[in-house]
This record gives sequence, C-alpha cells and structure tokens, in this order.
Amino acid sequence: MLKLAVPSKGRLMEQCFDWFADHGVRLSRSGSDREYAGRVEGVENLSLQLLSAGEIPRELGAGRIDLGVTGTDLVREKLAGWRSVVTEIAQMGFGHADLVLAVPAGWRDCETLDDFAAIARDFRRAHGFRLRIATKYHRLVRAWLSAHEVADYQLVDSQGATEGTVANLTAEAIADITSSGETLRANHLKILGEPPILQSQATLFASKAAKADEVAALMERLGL
Amino acid sequence: MITKRDKQALGQRLLAGFREAGAVEVAPDLLLPADTLLDLYGEDIRARAYLTDDPLRGEVALRPDFTVPVVQMHMAGGAEPARYCYLGEVFRKQDPGETRPEHPRDNEYLQCGFELFSREPQADAEVFALFHRLLAPYEAQPVIGDMSLLMDAVRALPLPEPRRDALLHHIWRPGRFAALLERFAAPAAARGLAASDAPLTGLRSAEEMQARLDRLAADADTPPLPAEWAERLTRLFAIDAPAPEALAELRDLAAQMPAIAPAVDRLAARLSAIAGHGIDLASLRLDASHGRHTMEYYDGFTFSFLAPDREGWPPVASGGRYDAMTAVLGGGRAIPAVGGIIRPGLLAELEAS
Repeated sequence: MLKLAVPSKGRLMEQCFDWFADHGVRLSRSGSDREYAGRVEGVENLSLQLLSAGEIPRELGAGRIDLGVTGTDLVREKLAGWRSVVTEIAQMGFGHADLVLAVPAGWRDCETLDDFAAIARDFRRAHGFRLRIATKYHRLVRAWLSAHEVADYQLVDSQGATEGTVANLTAEAIADITSSGETLRANHLKILGEPPILQSQATLFASKAAKADEVAALMERLGL
Repeated sequence: MITKRDKQALGQRLLAGFREAGAVEVAPDLLLPADTLLDLYGEDIRARAYLTDDPLRGEVALRPDFTVPVVQMHMAGGAEPARYCYLGEVFRKQDPGETRPEHPRDNEYLQCGFELFSREPQADAEVFALFHRLLAPYEAQPVIGDMSLLMDAVRALPLPEPRRDALLHHIWRPGRFAALLERFAAPAAARGLAASDAPLTGLRSAEEMQARLDRLAADADTPPLPAEWAERLTRLFAIDAPAPEALAELRDLAAQMPAIAPAVDRLAARLSAIAGHGIDLASLRLDASHGRHTMEYYDGFTFSFLAPDREGWPPVASGGRYDAMTAVLGGGRAIPAVGGIIRPGLLAELEAS
C-alpha cells in the first residue's frame, strides 16, 4: 500500500484532484470538508492523506509517506540533499511561481545582481551593518548568492507579508515567491533583471524509501 | 576506527610542542556570541556554523574556529606581545546542496593552535618553522602565499580609486574579481539608467543612491585598463612553483610592477628567515593565489600543510597573518598577529595508515 499526500487546502488541493482525475484516479475528501482524510477510487493499493504543503517535504524525507505533491521550492528549501532522498515523478503544470530577489522600485541604479552587490557594499559602509534581505527561503537564497559571490548582505527571517518589510524598515530587499508580481509592484518593489533563483511548480515526488515496484506500477497506471 | 581519546592524546603532544615554544595555554568558550562572527564572516557563517539562541545572550554559535575568541580575549587584555596555544573542538556544518555526500565530512573535530601577537618582522618565519617542525614526521607538503603581495599589485593598477577599491574588496571572490577586471579592461559605456517615479522605500537614502549614480557617471569616462596590466596581474596570480623559482619569477615581475617590489623584498626576507630555521626552501611550494582560497581575514603571509597522497582532504594545518582583524576586534587598538592550527584527528589517521 502506497501512501500519497497532497496539500490540504484551497486551490492547490483542487488542482491536485483535477490532475489525478485527468490521469484516471479519483481523489476526494472523505466525510466533511473539515476532515483531513481522503478517499481514492480507480486504483488499488493507494491511500490518501491531506497535509500542509510545507510539511510534505519533511514527511517524504522521513519516508512516512511514499508519494507527495508539493512545490519544488519547498522540497529544495527544506530537504538538504533532496536528490538523494526523493525522486521527481511528474511536474504537474500548475502552482507556478518564481523565487526572485526584489529591491525598492525607486533604486534606479539597481538593474542587475552586480549592481546589487555594489549597493550592498556601499550600504554596509554607510550604515555599519550588512544590507538585510527578508525571506523564508534561507538555504536557497544563501546558496544562490554564494554561487554568485555576493557577500555584503544578511538574511532576516520573514514567514509572511515579506513584501512589507522594506517599507517597514526591517529589510532593504526581499527574496520571495511570486507568480504575477502584483504584490511586489503594490509594495513598490521590482525584480532584478536576472533569471529567477528558482522556478517552482507543483510536482509529484516519490520518497526514495518507497517500494520501487509499487511506485513503478502506479506510474504506469497514471500513464507517466 | 581512531578514538577521540587517541586524537586528544595526539593533540596534547602538539600542544606540548607549542608550550615549549613559549605559548601560554588558553581555553576559549565553546559558545560564542554570534554577532561578531556574523559581522566578520557574513551570511556564510550561518551555512557553516551551528547557531542557537540563548534567552539572555541572544544568538550564539558553537565555536567554528579559535582565532576570533583568542584575538578578542587578547585585545581585551591590552594588545601586548604574547604567544598563546589551545586545544579543543570546533564545529562545522556542511550543507550538501542537492545531493547528500556518501561520506559526510566531520562536523566536530579538534584543532590545536598557536597564535603569536608580535611586532617583530621575524614572527611569520617563527610560526611557520614551529609548524614545520611539529609536522615533520608526517611528510606534509607545505604551501605558502602572501595576500599583501596580491593587494599591493592591485593597488598599483592605474585605475581610479573606486575601481581599485572594488577589486580589493572582491579579491577573495575569484568570479567577481575576474568579471570586474574584464569590465575595467573594456571601454566604459554610460549606463543609461531609466528614470523612476516610484517612491524610494527602505533605509537606503536618496543621497546614497545619488552618490552611486555620480560614481557610475564618473566611471563612464574612465579609459580602459591597458591589457598589459591585466596580463601582469594574471601572471602574478598564477605563480605556483618551488619557493626559490617562484621568488625569481616575482623579481622579474617586480621589474614591470615596481609597486610590488617592497612586498617581494619582505617575502625574500621571510624566506631567508625560514631557511635560517634549517628548512630547505626548495621543498616549499609558493602559490601566489594561496591566500585567496583561505580565510578572508588573512591579509599577509599564509600557509597550509597538505597530507601526502590524500586527495580531497582539507589541509592538516593552516594559518596566516591577520593584522587587520586585530584592529577590527581591538576597539581602537591593533597589533600584528600571525597564527595557525593543526588538525590532530587528520594526523592520527595518517599515523594509523
């Protein structure tokens, strides 16, 4: 019996259900809207759990679930060495979002990451501390900036309303997920002219701890 | 399997060697205030050190190295000449990125170190000879470098000050440094930055932005750096040979870049002093770029000892001069300082094989 987990709330859950329906497997909530258990029709040996999208990477990593749907961003941020722990089974074509670095739109001298690096250096000298980037994607942002040899910055944790931190003077820049860029614009922020730190979408992952033959059989059933 | 007790015993032997060289043993804290480390190393420290919270002291780090607490202790005590030694564990986190390594590196291991605070010009040679003597039984390959040589070479480039400063600032970041050098060698172009009517949010002020815009505008008039300068710099950075040959190459180069002559003379004097300790200079590798791959706080002489035939191993010992850091941590005081560490655990593995 394989255990599958999909996000427990909102549009992401609906889209997951639709994707599986398109692949011949009907997923639904069992009982009321408030119950986090699910029902599977159309395939044997598969059980469904509804979990917070943010917890799915951890559960996959620990092998407590065999399959899970979550964003690439969350897997890469939360699972160190993710390629050794999970396999990407299918990119599902929804939940698209880019992880980007954004700065105040008024910084007209900041178009590229090189500009950003130079500004960070000036900022540190002028203010006596490192320029702050608010984010919840600490590992991804740090690895990306380190690969691009940007040094004079610090990360500050922001678990929500990250776009507001610059106006609130708790950060000078932010790194966050965006799909349309509207929230960034509304908060007078702009994206640097660089490829995004990460392009994320909803993805079906299998834990490397899951039984390979069962996963293969299910993939065949789903037409993957 | 080598036990921690065996490694500890080997460390004690090294420590005895440092004590015989006149060092006072010190025992810095295991938990260090994180803010000093963050300020010195930047965000990278969060990827490399174990950080945790103390309800009263705020963010603290499990000791990632000894140099910072030893320097802090010394500077708080008055910045007089001194020799210190220590033995204890350091803790280093490894973020594997996308793939987990088959054999993760040790995340806690012993360091046995020696730090010399001294205004004597012979201090580099004294420290190096001491490490050389203690490591002689292991046939480790010594490699030396000198950051001041590279920095003097950059300062000698015929560039406007902001360009020189940018190169100096990024000397430890090879990609950024190379990109800057390439840009400075090409004709400058005006940036044509678009106007913006967006409100300026955040702490960075309009004056700060204007200062950078002015700098960019001035920079657009800068003539390209003549190609021979970038070539000289590349030649300098690439020097990697037995010390006597490398020194001869440096002397050749100093004829074209007189600004590095004093640093070459200091290096020659240091090598003579090292030879005076009975060390065969032909057995030393001089890698001009050596210091670019070590800790960012080294600003002069640097050294490493590499285990023979151990691909992928970190150096069994490393160290260097860090004069500027004593000023940063000294609150107005400063004293030249040079020191290094040996990893007893790696030596124990060499002994066991």
